[in-house]
Amino acid sequence: MKAKKIFKKITKHYLNYAVIAAVMLVFIILAYATPMKASTSLLFQKITVAVIMAVSLSLVVGFLGELSLGHAGFMSIGAYLGGKVALVLTENGNLEASNILVFIIALIVGALCAALCGFIVGFSALRLRGDYLAIVTLAFGEIVRVIFTNSSAESFGGALGLKSPSFKTKEMFILVIIGFLLILLTLFVIQNLLRSKTGRAITAIRDNEIAARATGIDVTKHKLMVFVISAAFAGIAGVLFSYANKPIKADTFDYNYSIEILVMVVLGGMGSINGSIISATLITILNDKLTVYLTGDNAVFKDLFYALILILLVIYNNAPALKGFREKYNLRALINKIRKPKNDPSEIRGDAARWDVVPTKIEMDEVLSTDIIIEKNDRGDDSANIRERGGTK
Amino acid sequence: MAKVIDGIKAFAKKHFPKKVNRITKESDFVLETENLGISFGGLKAVQNVNLKIKKNEIYGLVGPNGAGKTTVFNLLTGVYQPTEGTFFLCGEELRSLKQEKINHKGIARTFQNIRLFNNMSVVRNVMVGLHSQDEYKCTVIESVLRLPRHHKVEKAMRERAKELLDIFGLKEERNNLACNLPYGKQRKLEIARALATNPKLLLLDEPAAGMNPNETEDLMNTIKLIRDKFDMTILLIEHDLKFVSGLCDRITVLNFGTVLAEGTAQEALNDPEVVKAYIGN
Repeated sequence: MKAKKIFKKITKHYLNYAVIAAVMLVFIILAYATPMKASTSLLFQKITVAVIMAVSLSLVVGFLGELSLGHAGFMSIGAYLGGKVALVLTENGNLEASNILVFIIALIVGALCAALCGFIVGFSALRLRGDYLAIVTLAFGEIVRVIFTNSSAESFGGALGLKSPSFKTKEMFILVIIGFLLILLTLFVIQNLLRSKTGRAITAIRDNEIAARATGIDVTKHKLMVFVISAAFAGIAGVLFSYANKPIKADTFDYNYSIEILVMVVLGGMGSINGSIISATLITILNDKLTVYLTGDNAVFKDLFYALILILLVIYNNAPALKGFREKYNLRALINKIRKPKNDPSEIRGDAARWDVVPTKIEMDEVLSTDIIIEKNDRGDDSANIRERGGTK
Repeated sequence: MAKVIDGIKAFAKKHFPKKVNRITKESDFVLETENLGISFGGLKAVQNVNLKIKKNEIYGLVGPNGAGKTTVFNLLTGVYQPTEGTFFLCGEELRSLKQEKINHKGIARTFQNIRLFNNMSVVRNVMVGLHSQDEYKCTVIESVLRLPRHHKVEKAMRERAKELLDIFGLKEERNNLACNLPYGKQRKLEIARALATNPKLLLLDEPAAGMNPNETEDLMNTIKLIRDKFDMTILLIEHDLKFVSGLCDRITVLNFGTVLAEGTAQEALNDPEVVKAYIGN
């Protein structure tokens, strides 16, 4: 019985780590078994970057509840400064042999610089909220892009871009592996943060800031913390990006890229980390395919897709006419259909996870919680009680 | 340029306030206000409010609409900074502290329109209230790395939250979303959350608003229970005069931001000035 409980806990809390590790293993096996096309490993590399970006943005958008449109700005800080440090080290420091060390130093520098910028932007979040904060973050992203575009050729390469550092052998393969490891790191930090008392305070601020203050939560501290952590991971994604793309161009990190990441977070469901991971993967693949099909003048239509996805999502999630449809056909309902509940009292008792309980709304709590929210059970009546049900059986 | 510098100064003043010399004195009262007042521009919203609340007392703040009752609450919890006067909690001056600091010092409140964390479960709402207490301290790094302290603190917080919910009869609903609770229970949950911050003084802003007579009766018993069980001092705003006279040891009547009458409920409510303010001549 205890083993079962532990198993439930593992599947609930650590399933996403396991899935990502499994995908990584499949990738390694594929890469060794068959000669992998360069485009495929590049796609994998893009996905790893996108996932880190989406997960870190979902911390701000989904959990703190503030709209940030400048996430690409933090990424470009990481890419440029991390890349530059790596370049300087390899050119002047004769560190070629220990490339991985250079990469780690670049990662740390990129993350710290991005975190510093996150701290500065976070200060504006103390005074502004909603649309106004979104405009400030948007401005931040654009300022960073303009600064790097107009930098001198010696410093950051200007409009031509910065020559990026690289590993010597089997480059893309190593980068993808490192990317997967970094996703695991991101998940570890952000999920554990959200599933602690700090995470509870952050979501309390999202739900009701005035009440959070009155309940003794230091809103200033928590908002700054969220911005700093989110920016640091964007910086890490930036360093990863800088190793894979030559040269690093400031134009890559424009407004459209920030929106792309936002679409990933919204598509995955606000406040759902696993959703962000899945949607980041799907959108990156879609983007890759579209780039192949839409060439020349048609390339501009690619950006149209994000707008379309956003509009459709907003309609789908909020239209009253679709309420019944949403409740009937969602991922959770599907999972429940597959996993028919057994009438085992050990599963019903206490705070154990209940797969047969269908919340009408997919809440952030389900990712965080050690106790699950009960809104509707499989019989369809509201406010069902676990104990009662266990007692009658 | 001067404007920019002023802006920076204002920002610095707000977020890095200078140390204010606050007096600490011996006091028999839990809450003591001295000529407390605030004016918004030329409008004096509240002036010369002198409350003296003894330990274990249920104190009522009564008055017609717009009399400034909620403003007094906002002054006491740091939402507004008083422009005149000051206030002491157990002899410790709390003027110009931030909201969360005032809460840490020991003043907790509920709101006139319920403000719960709607998308969180009931038990987690209460656990947010426990967040900043010393016995549940756990740094971010400890919880990210899942060190033993994190697990210990989480377990202790959950147990304590369950205990509190049990007192309010909410234990069975602890895993429901807060927004799915019925109105009366949401009120109770808000009080439970405020109590979770371990206050010395509890401020209740119209706890019986929108309740039917049965729920009001129930709430009166709950408030008495809180006072006895937690050894709590309570200051409450209420319009229902039956509720006030049945519950409060002493009351203060406010009108247009000034004190009309003080004393026991009977004395104060029979004061000719008070009758005039409520019913007219």
